[in-house]
Amino acid sequence: MTDQTDARALLDASGVAKSFGAVRALTDASLSVNAGEVVALMGANGAGKSTFVKILTGALRPDRGRVLIRGQEARVGSPAEARASGLVPVYQEPSLIPDLTVAENLRLTDTPVDPFRAYVDDLGIANLRLGALIHSLPLATLRIFDLARALASDPDVLLLDEMTAALPTDLVERVLKVVRARADAGSGVIYISHRFTEISALCDRAVVLRDGRTVGDLAIEEGVEDRVVELMLGARIDLGRRAGLAHAEARTGTPRLKVRNLAAAPKLTDVSFDLHPGEVLGVVALEGQGQDELFDVLSGFRRATGGTLEVDGTPESFGHPADAIARGLTFVPGDRAHALLAERSVRENIALPFAARIRNWGPLKLRHERDRVAHAIEKLQIDTRAQGEVRRLSGGNQQKVTIGRWLATGVETLLLFDPTRGIDVRTKRQIYPLVRELAANRSAVLFYTSELEEVPLACDRAVVIFNGRTVAEIDASEADEQTLMRAAYGLAEEGAA
Amino acid sequence: MSAILRAHAWSIGLAILFLALLGLAKVIQPSFGITGLESLARAALPFAFATAAMAVVVIVGGIDLSVASMMAVASVTAAVLMQTMPAVPAIVITLAAGALMGAINGGLIVVTRVPDIVATLAMLFVWEGVALLILNAPGGTAADWLENTIRGSFVIPGLPKALVLMTVCVAVVWVPLKRSKLGLSIYATGSHENAAFRSGVAVGKTRIAAYAVCGLFAAMGGLSLTMLTGIGEPVPGPYLMASVAAVVLGGVVLGGGIGGLLGPIIAVFILRIIRTILTLAAVDPNVTTIVEGTIMVAVVMLGALVMMRGRETV
Repeated sequence: MTDQTDARALLDASGVAKSFGAVRALTDASLSVNAGEVVALMGANGAGKSTFVKILTGALRPDRGRVLIRGQEARVGSPAEARASGLVPVYQEPSLIPDLTVAENLRLTDTPVDPFRAYVDDLGIANLRLGALIHSLPLATLRIFDLARALASDPDVLLLDEMTAALPTDLVERVLKVVRARADAGSGVIYISHRFTEISALCDRAVVLRDGRTVGDLAIEEGVEDRVVELMLGARIDLGRRAGLAHAEARTGTPRLKVRNLAAAPKLTDVSFDLHPGEVLGVVALEGQGQDELFDVLSGFRRATGGTLEVDGTPESFGHPADAIARGLTFVPGDRAHALLAERSVRENIALPFAARIRNWGPLKLRHERDRVAHAIEKLQIDTRAQGEVRRLSGGNQQKVTIGRWLATGVETLLLFDPTRGIDVRTKRQIYPLVRELAANRSAVLFYTSELEEVPLACDRAVVIFNGRTVAEIDASEADEQTLMRAAYGLAEEGAA
Repeated sequence: MSAILRAHAWSIGLAILFLALLGLAKVIQPSFGITGLESLARAALPFAFATAAMAVVVIVGGIDLSVASMMAVASVTAAVLMQTMPAVPAIVITLAAGALMGAINGGLIVVTRVPDIVATLAMLFVWEGVALLILNAPGGTAADWLENTIRGSFVIPGLPKALVLMTVCVAVVWVPLKRSKLGLSIYATGSHENAAFRSGVAVGKTRIAAYAVCGLFAAMGGLSLTMLTGIGEPVPGPYLMASVAAVVLGGVVLGGGIGGLLGPIIAVFILRIIRTILTLAAVDPNVTTIVEGTIMVAVVMLGALVMMRGRETV
């Protein structure tokens, strides 16, 4: 199915491969779209979806494979060329220029104004002002404008990447209607979304990516969701034994964090959970479901717009990261570059948190520091000369430093945001025991991960966030990938919530 | 109408400030008049071109530290050429050389991906050396009629010829450019490079074009130096920092995407007349620079406050 070249195919990509250094993001991705068809492109986090989109739209050049548009080899070396050959994308993040007006943005892409105006009207935005500056408009309006601009340029193939994220429900309905009408009029549409309800309402087929290759091409019919979830999961590498979970008495007494109906613009709408000392609570969510906002609120980077947060029984509202740190909440960002001083030694990086805790001014107690660092490095099994600069360590070892230093320092509440992204399996296996050890030392750990198979290995429980709300709370013993994946795609709302 | 007013609010504010300062100059020194205006415009001429050059690259999201050096190259090129050929072809060659120098700067940044501030710092020294190779001491000549095009007033007294020449030169390049697709691409690239790329803008070519326009304005600045003095000057003048100051004061945002050329050029006149006023008021020249710096920070800060207010009420 996937390598067949249909005469009717508007777009036919086959055998696409792309590597970034040693990382093979795509090995054999294929996708074809016929006139009048809406095709869903699906895949779990890290399956290679965004790389594939970038290649189709010309933002990246593939190492191998070809992209045909209307049977012609497409020259998609840049977004401009992709547009010229008839493929127009609407990205997750609006690609309108913030300091230009609506009219100037249209002129930039040679988009005719009248069809744009008509589409904006169809999509339900009243009072279009062409002279308005883009940066003065709300995000939902910008996404609609971006879509209307793409439609107005009369594309052969329209690619919509998470088009409906952050849109209110009434606009979502209008978007689906307009996109369907466009396909019925003879265009092809590639539709990327995490929402099964939209996909079954709109799409004709679903193409599933896993580990950089196309593993399925299914017609949308009753019960296809389970088949898609199965394909997205595939056979997984065994990451190690399930952590021995001892949490019998963990959930009594005052919780360390008590979160109720927490909301934060733009994506977090209603999240509630308790986190107890000595517990690792997993957070499971697809990309962009509000987890970024949740961690931002808890670590003081952003104010909540609703709901309550209690720390050890006292209500809190953090206005600054320093407030969160003062209450014992420590945030470890997913991007190591934001947590470490890359130019300094491992020793200094591990010692930094205790240096920051010193309340009297004056010279640091170097011997004390040395002892604790030696202890930490031994625990972390960092295969290094500890005097070396952190940037010379591998990614996995860097990540061990960002987590392990809290083990050395002692921490009340640790907020881990996707700590194992882009790390090899061996190092991952060393990270889970670190997280468990933190919990054994009575720390409370909130652990967001984009890799579902980690949840039963590191966590006691997991909350699932979908579309800004907690939709399920699952105990580790029941948290197999199938259950988590279904919940993360909003398919198990009637379940344990 | 109100939209136009709002779009040019910053420039209008600066123009009012300039007129107020002109009034102040007249109060302090009642004999300040047409001659004063004429010499002000003449003194502002090279600064205005340097500022226009800088503004274009700042709008595209870059910076060019070699503006003053390119002016020196243009100045000596014109002065040497005019020894052997008529003025018009000499001017054309000089302007082409300026655009070429700018394009080389831009190409270097785009192709090597060396940060603009580093690349143009290096080119500052390169162009400085080139200028000295062409002429190792002030010399050469300028056609007499050229010197006369910026001396005195144009048609009505009080409208300095230097001001007219500058307005015409800047407008001839900038007005068509700003209305073209390239002009839009320059603003788009400076505002949000990634969104511009995704909208199909050839970001690299746009950047090179902006640097070439910068070089062209710098060449005009170098020509104006030769016209003012009648000779070529191989050592770069104090135009780099002055141009950055005027660009910022003129409402162009460092980082790109916002502003135009009108504001920065009015800002040049403001900075010049402040200097004149302080001289007229017999203020210690060393205090003068302190006052200039203070005024710059104060005006930009005040402007940011006003802008923020305006944005909240929208």
